[in-house]
Amino acid sequence: MTHARLVLANLGRHKRRTVLTILGVALALFLFASLRTVVTTIAATAEYGGARRLVVTNATGIVFPLPMAYANRIQALSGVHAVSWASWFGGRYGDNKRFFAQFAVDPESYLALYPEISLPEDQKEAFFQERSSAIVGRRLLEVFGWRLGQDVTIQGTIFPGDWTFTIRGVYTPTDQVINDDMLIFRSDYLDERLGRPGITGWYVVEIDDADQAAAVSKAIDDLFRNSSAPTKTGTEQAFNASFATMWGNVELLMGTIGMAVVFAILMVSANAMMMSARDRTGEVAVLKTIGFSDRTLFGLVMAEAGIIAFTGAVLGLGSATWLYRATNFNAMGFLPGFQVTPRTLVLGGGVALLLMLASGLAPAIRAARLPVVQALRRVE
Amino acid sequence: MKIPLIYNVRSVLQRPLSTALTALGVGLVVAVFIGMLALANGFRAALARTGSPDNALVLRRGADSELSSGVDRQTASLLAASPHVAIGANGRPMLSPEVYVLIPLPRPDDTTAVANVVVRGISEQAWDVRANVTVVEGRRPQSGRSEICVGRNLVSRFAHTGLGETLRFGSRDWTVVCHFAAGGSAFESEIWGENEQFMPVFRGEVFQVVSFRLRDPAGFDEAKRALEADQRLTVDVHRETDFYAAQSAILGSILEILAMLITSIMAIGAVFGAVNTMYAAVASRGPEIAVLLTLGFHPRSVLASFLAESAIIALAGGVLGCLLALPINGVVTSTTNWASFSEVAFSFRVTPRLLLAGVIFAVVMGVVGGFFPARRAARLPVVQALR
Amino acid sequence: MALVEIRDVHKSFQRDAQRIDVFADLTLDVAQGSFLALMGPSGSGKSTLLNLIAGLDRPTSGTVRVADAEVSRMKSGALASWRARHLGFVFQQLNLLPVLTAAQNVELPLLLTRLSKAERAERVGVALGVVGLLDRMDHYPRQLSGGQEQRTAIARAIVADPTLVLLDEPTGQLDAKSSQEVLTLLQRLNDEFGKTVIIVTHDAHAAERAKTALHLDKGVLVEAEGVAR
Repeated sequence: MTHARLVLANLGRHKRRTVLTILGVALALFLFASLRTVVTTIAATAEYGGARRLVVTNATGIVFPLPMAYANRIQALSGVHAVSWASWFGGRYGDNKRFFAQFAVDPESYLALYPEISLPEDQKEAFFQERSSAIVGRRLLEVFGWRLGQDVTIQGTIFPGDWTFTIRGVYTPTDQVINDDMLIFRSDYLDERLGRPGITGWYVVEIDDADQAAAVSKAIDDLFRNSSAPTKTGTEQAFNASFATMWGNVELLMGTIGMAVVFAILMVSANAMMMSARDRTGEVAVLKTIGFSDRTLFGLVMAEAGIIAFTGAVLGLGSATWLYRATNFNAMGFLPGFQVTPRTLVLGGGVALLLMLASGLAPAIRAARLPVVQALRRVE
Repeated sequence: MKIPLIYNVRSVLQRPLSTALTALGVGLVVAVFIGMLALANGFRAALARTGSPDNALVLRRGADSELSSGVDRQTASLLAASPHVAIGANGRPMLSPEVYVLIPLPRPDDTTAVANVVVRGISEQAWDVRANVTVVEGRRPQSGRSEICVGRNLVSRFAHTGLGETLRFGSRDWTVVCHFAAGGSAFESEIWGENEQFMPVFRGEVFQVVSFRLRDPAGFDEAKRALEADQRLTVDVHRETDFYAAQSAILGSILEILAMLITSIMAIGAVFGAVNTMYAAVASRGPEIAVLLTLGFHPRSVLASFLAESAIIALAGGVLGCLLALPINGVVTSTTNWASFSEVAFSFRVTPRLLLAGVIFAVVMGVVGGFFPARRAARLPVVQALR
Repeated sequence: MALVEIRDVHKSFQRDAQRIDVFADLTLDVAQGSFLALMGPSGSGKSTLLNLIAGLDRPTSGTVRVADAEVSRMKSGALASWRARHLGFVFQQLNLLPVLTAAQNVELPLLLTRLSKAERAERVGVALGVVGLLDRMDHYPRQLSGGQEQRTAIARAIVADPTLVLLDEPTGQLDAKSSQEVLTLLQRLNDEFGKTVIIVTHDAHAAERAKTALHLDKGVLVEAEGVAR
């Protein structure tokens, strides 16, 4: 009879209790992993950004537009390789329950700046040719059941009225920096309907050399500092990072809940181990009488706690990882790229270790120290 | 209940550690439940308190937020002349045309982080029309000057917002001359200043929104119909409170759904703990159950008794959870309301109703967890239990 | 009409694949006011017989009638009510709920009646008085001696004025002195209060105190020898 057999026999003595405790640990670690992934996903979006792309917005606030005339002046600066521009549209589609980004761009220059927006050449050409066309992210086809060539109508909020676009392209992002659920249409279509006001939302600038980012940003901002629309320029990554903070102190919230979850499951597993300890007393005495050492008894109990903790961990962490990957989860568009990171898995393992120690230590010490005589008296 | 509860209470106390662990597990679930719903509550409350049910809010047709709306001076004048607008004590229409923009302010704790704060242009009328707004320190901004009034919730959280200090935005310096309170509503996260001062800085000679007091509060529907049908205007008219409450809908719902999801999963774990505890209790009290059944207590009385025992433990946990969650009441936090894209500060709101819900939730967990063990107790074969 | 009528009762257990026959074709009448001792070696099924009379167990075949109710056929819900009204049962040990005082333990059967709190208290007092433990009414079982526990259990068995009092090895765990206390009490219950008492015991001294004794061995009931009446 090996030690492993003894441990398993003990666990099997109260199968239901063991199963319920393992499932409880699994649920807790599933939750733990999910909560942490919210934090890591938001933090990851703060890292996105092409190394050689800068974003130019109105310094007064990103809700204010910039003049179109800036394009040429930015292009003329040294270190600037290419310039494009875009405007946020922010309309409502259908019952508005599913948020997705919509914006108007200068087609050729924008797609050139964003090779990560990948779509077949013929679709690209159609987008370049047709003024009222749009390209949409692949996920939108799944979400709304759209097809290539279909018309979609969006209600404008910033720009009032009904706006109809024909889907001429479906893009696939080649990098996580690009969401897979955006609708991109043409700025000349927007301009025409608004009566050509000569403004745009923001500029995207590609620079020759990534090390030049700070210098070129300053140059752009200096250029327009004293005009009616001063600019604020920074790397695309800095721009994305500022959005990540808009959620508020998510890390604190998720962290607090995570701690509560871990504590709650600790209560459950400690309780289970304690109940097992009571049942085990007689057996411990018998084993010691046979000749098993105190050390061994300690190890057996810890092993029992460990099996429960780590089986639950594997189940919980594993199902979280699998679930989010299999469903390509992105929280209705709010949390793109929601995947459990390796670091989260390691932390989860740490939690399991903590559970094992916290729930197993006291019973293990007790079993090791149990005087045989006392235990045998309890057996009958 | 035939079997006296005192039996269950004392039995529970006989195994203090197990009871405590089980109760604590339940308690933590209840604490998270109350905490998260208090967060959602606070957010919704801040927006629900914004505005008055006696006011109407006019935006450009199709605009879904004050930010994306535009109302020109002519429209504002036409609205002021409408018979639906109440006349104030000073004989003037109680109508407030307002500029509404967002400006980035750096957060003091993290200068790379930026919050989009609402800057609202007002006229003298605003103080009367927008209900519940009072200056708590300093004096109202004077016409023609670069002066601003800062909402109470911004003062403690952003730099340069103290009285007399200078805040810079829109390429201009503004002097803070007052702080205002607005009944805990979203207005307290805003900066107010004179319309005419803001217009040249931001969007030119156009307002974003017009708010007015209804002459007849019961006449909102009539006013809405009339104004929206008016060919000279292209507007949507909303009841002020409804509009702001709707703005809290998405984020509020998300927070609530998140709360339900997280606590449901936690609850399953806690219930498993209760199941384990109660099965152990039934197992160790076999002879006692046999006695009760032999005495003639109906099996369903035994079932009820053990269900009650489980509920008692859970109830203790529920109360504990309430105590754990209570300190969070009133803690101020902030987030970006995606519906309006603006930063909103609000405080956690624990209500008696929420506490009650937490306690009931706990008892439900106890009853669910205790059911199968209690059933086993009720079905105990007396003869075997006595062996 | 006997109080207890057992007719052609057959009882067997299934233990894994084996069938164990405890007794077959058992027939017995117990008259009202009897004090009967059931004796026999361990495993003879005397406790089983007692359980059948109490409705705690069902015969494999045959009928058991107690106080005109066919106990062998009743459903568990009905049996519970029946037991509450007609039966007082004392086990060999672990009779009392450890978390309740003696008085609260004795009160338990009365909770199944419609008596008011005051009436219940009165009855509890009477019952404890009969067994001589009024001064211990607020003590917990762990504070009582073995004999006192059993006497408390007897008080509980009679407090609701049952038709029948059954005791399974009531003196099995007791020393000589306590055993005497308990047996004297049982005699009093039978003589003075007219209670019908059936005890299962392997103790000859206990059987001596009864009015009649039956011996159950290998499934057969015979009159016990050497029992003077």
